Amino acid sequence: MHIAIIGNGISGVTAARHIRKNSDHEITLISAETDHFFSRTALMYIYMGHLTYEQTKPYENHFWKKNRIGLKNARVSRVVPDKKTLEFEGGGSLSYDALIIATGSQPNKFGWPGQDLDGVQGLYSKQDLDALEENAPNNKVCKRAVIVGGGLIGIELAEMLTTRDIPVTFLVRESSFWNGVLPAGESAMINEHIREHHIDLHLSTNLTEILADENGRARAVVTDKGETIECDLVGLTAGVRPNIGFLEGSGIETDKGVLVNRFLETNLPDIYAIGDCAQQREAIGNRRAVEAVWYTGRMMGETVAQTLCGNRRQYNPGHWFNSAKFLDIEYQTYGWVFSERNKSEEEAHFHWRHPSEKICLTMAYDKASGKFLGLNNFGMRLRHETFDAWLSAGASAETVMANLPQAHFDPEFYRTYYPEIQKAFQQHLSKHTAQELTQN
Amino acid sequence: MNTTASLSLAGGPPKALNTSQRLAVLLGFCGLFIFALALFGIDIPNPAVWLTASLTLIFIGTLWFSAAAYKGLPKGIKNNGVLFKSISGRGIWAWGLGIVLTGFYIVLYFYPEYLGLVSDGPNRGLIALFDPLSRALSGNPASQWFVYGSLYTLAILAFGAKFIWKYRHNRYEIIRTCSVMFFQLCFAFLIPEIMARLNGDLPYYDLKNVWPLNYYNFERYRINAFIENGNLGLAMLIFGILSILVITPILTYFYGKRWYCSWVCGCGALAETAGDSFRQLSDKSKFAWKVERWVVHSVLVFVVLMTTAVIYSYLGPDNSKYWLSKSQFLLGVAGLLTLVFAWIMIYRREQLKKDARYGAIGYMVIIMGLIAFHFLSDSGHVFLFKSESLRKSYSFLIGSVFSGVIGTGFYPIFGSRVWCRFGCPMAAIMGLQQRLFSRFRITTNGGQCISCGNCSAYCEMGIDVRAYAQKGENIVRASCVGCGICSAVCPRGVLRLENGPLEGRINPTEVLLGNDVDLMEYVNKSS
Repeated sequence: MHIAIIGNGISGVTAARHIRKNSDHEITLISAETDHFFSRTALMYIYMGHLTYEQTKPYENHFWKKNRIGLKNARVSRVVPDKKTLEFEGGGSLSYDALIIATGSQPNKFGWPGQDLDGVQGLYSKQDLDALEENAPNNKVCKRAVIVGGGLIGIELAEMLTTRDIPVTFLVRESSFWNGVLPAGESAMINEHIREHHIDLHLSTNLTEILADENGRARAVVTDKGETIECDLVGLTAGVRPNIGFLEGSGIETDKGVLVNRFLETNLPDIYAIGDCAQQREAIGNRRAVEAVWYTGRMMGETVAQTLCGNRRQYNPGHWFNSAKFLDIEYQTYGWVFSERNKSEEEAHFHWRHPSEKICLTMAYDKASGKFLGLNNFGMRLRHETFDAWLSAGASAETVMANLPQAHFDPEFYRTYYPEIQKAFQQHLSKHTAQELTQN
Repeated sequence: MNTTASLSLAGGPPKALNTSQRLAVLLGFCGLFIFALALFGIDIPNPAVWLTASLTLIFIGTLWFSAAAYKGLPKGIKNNGVLFKSISGRGIWAWGLGIVLTGFYIVLYFYPEYLGLVSDGPNRGLIALFDPLSRALSGNPASQWFVYGSLYTLAILAFGAKFIWKYRHNRYEIIRTCSVMFFQLCFAFLIPEIMARLNGDLPYYDLKNVWPLNYYNFERYRINAFIENGNLGLAMLIFGILSILVITPILTYFYGKRWYCSWVCGCGALAETAGDSFRQLSDKSKFAWKVERWVVHSVLVFVVLMTTAVIYSYLGPDNSKYWLSKSQFLLGVAGLLTLVFAWIMIYRREQLKKDARYGAIGYMVIIMGLIAFHFLSDSGHVFLFKSESLRKSYSFLIGSVFSGVIGTGFYPIFGSRVWCRFGCPMAAIMGLQQRLFSRFRITTNGGQCISCGNCSAYCEMGIDVRAYAQKGENIVRASCVGCGICSAVCPRGVLRLENGPLEGRINPTEVLLGNDVDLMEYVNKSS
């Protein structure tokens, strides 16, 4: 059987590796982005001079031949399911017995005037990085950059530009950074940290228009506050959407992404979709229907490989977890902690923040039952396995707090704050019990 | 090293030094300039003053440079532009520095007279400049080794301070660096000099320098000096033997080889401090790993053969001269090696790769064959060669060329741990133990790895840390010196250096935590 995989990101590559492990199927990994798999999450470190492009490749170049995974550098222009064939831009075709679509995302654009000017770009692909190197190599060519969209990519782009001493203005639609996802205390701490890095953070501010100079290059942005900000680079980082334009007319059913069932199967036989570009017909638990996260892409790859090797499996992810780094502050999350904007009535929060360091955590628990729902930790490391076990066991918030040191994952000799956190939690509990009593 | 080529005509990212850093460099170079004057034979009238001035200038210059680099910035990882900078990205400055360092080592080891060493008269040049310090400590005039030791210590203290500043958010790095600075200053530099002042007949002994790193520790002149110097000498000899046979195995069992390699050892101390800017240059390929395994274990076999032959050569046929006779000693060595070999083959066989098993058997056969050959023939030499020529070639090839000229001279090209990784027999012994019988490992945090590659890039030992982390597998590698930088640079909090039970220490997985528990169980069981 010949399995074609479109996209050599973490999803497609994980699928290929696991198919190889479990079968002798012929595998072709197709990408127009790069010859070899690299870690997309590490793109920023190339621009920052922490890593070379070569160092972002998780496998040495000889890995692919040794594991009989064929590589093809080409862009698929059309999928013809009836003939089980792919057609490539610039000619040529490839027939397959099974097809995995793992084409990832592309940056969102919301129809802003000027969004396609020179000097306006997103940050997703290797090509975006190359463009950035051209648009903003240093602070002489790029005297100021404006970033539009306060999410994970936005803050990464801000950090990147800052390392080259390029002044950055950061436009965030929300009233506080990423507060659609983060609870207020955490979001506020990140606001402070962004400003500590001399990034000009504009909250509650939207982009109205990008102005062009006489050569069709971006020269300034206009905000909904009426401000005009001169700049040489506009970074559009208002989220991503599935990269599936090439599937139009193929008969593969799509919505925002490629629609798949729990087996990651599309509406057509022998065609699967995984990773950022896949959309679950029905969202799984609290998860979004489209999950554009490294970890979920990897999990879908692990799952679809089983199906293609004769062990048909549902995509059945375990407890939610994620991580990020905001400039110097590491962030991990285990289970579900919703922001004030999105949380339900039943979800209560306990928040603790270190008096001087940029360290904090927020624990979510069920008001009525006291059951532990999830935890965000910033500036401290906690152990995935321990939280996964607590979540599986349905542990109570009090159990989690009492045993928090078991999840310790900071390096040896680090100062720990568990007693302070536990004490604060006890105070939090007694305060809230008292409130409930008065309410009753 | 392919950096993405910039198409811009206006040039790349900022990599220039700021004004303060330039002034700091100027200050440091003023200190070096005084050395240069002395080196070229300019007569320096008041060496004590000028030596103090130059050492101070270099030290202050380095501190000032660090302050200019890190002061006022938020705490955190400071690797911005590392691979763009000429000195740390194999640019022209790196090659220049590499050549200067290599040249210095060649002169130091083979032509000390160019540094001003005079064997039958007062020193000249650079060595004379260090005479006052040497006299103050040991009462003797300086030698090339004293000059080297002083500069080595200065480098570790100054760059150690820089390192602490750089990693001031990381208590593991701070404490570890204080430890290497302490051991270098006291154990390697001050104590041996002061001991020489108190008892000039005792052999010069850096107590933390364990055989086989100090391969000469059991040579005849030292053994005689130990024995002839009463209880203190005897205690030092016994300490030397216990160091390798008892202390090292116990500490390595509990903490991994890091207790030595990145907390105590002088070679490690230099690599971790002055070499920190070069750690990203080590080769992470599988090929380099293979070369490493063969070379470092060959050096270990070489040093065992050499030391055995040397000790054998001065022991008597009976016990009248020393406690051991020639035959007793040889049988003892054979017995010890057989014990170690048998233990590994019986209890840890399944953990050795095929080539490791063949290598171990091959080396064992060679050593035993040579010992047997000795008993069956009447040759006066053990191992076919004269012990003296074995000793000389080891001292030249390994002791000088490998550890000094290549090991340190090539810092800016091959990274800071070339010697530790490919050449150090002490690291090889502890590595074997760390891999097979130690509580140390680096654990990975469930499914949190994003394969970014910072851990692998900044591993000075060339371990592809990511290859393990992205599989959720503990890192249990012979070469890991436990510097903790992989954990420090990880942007997702994935890696942690830990000591824990041997059970479940090596845990290969295929599907990571976070996915379907049934799938994890199914796949990880079947693989």
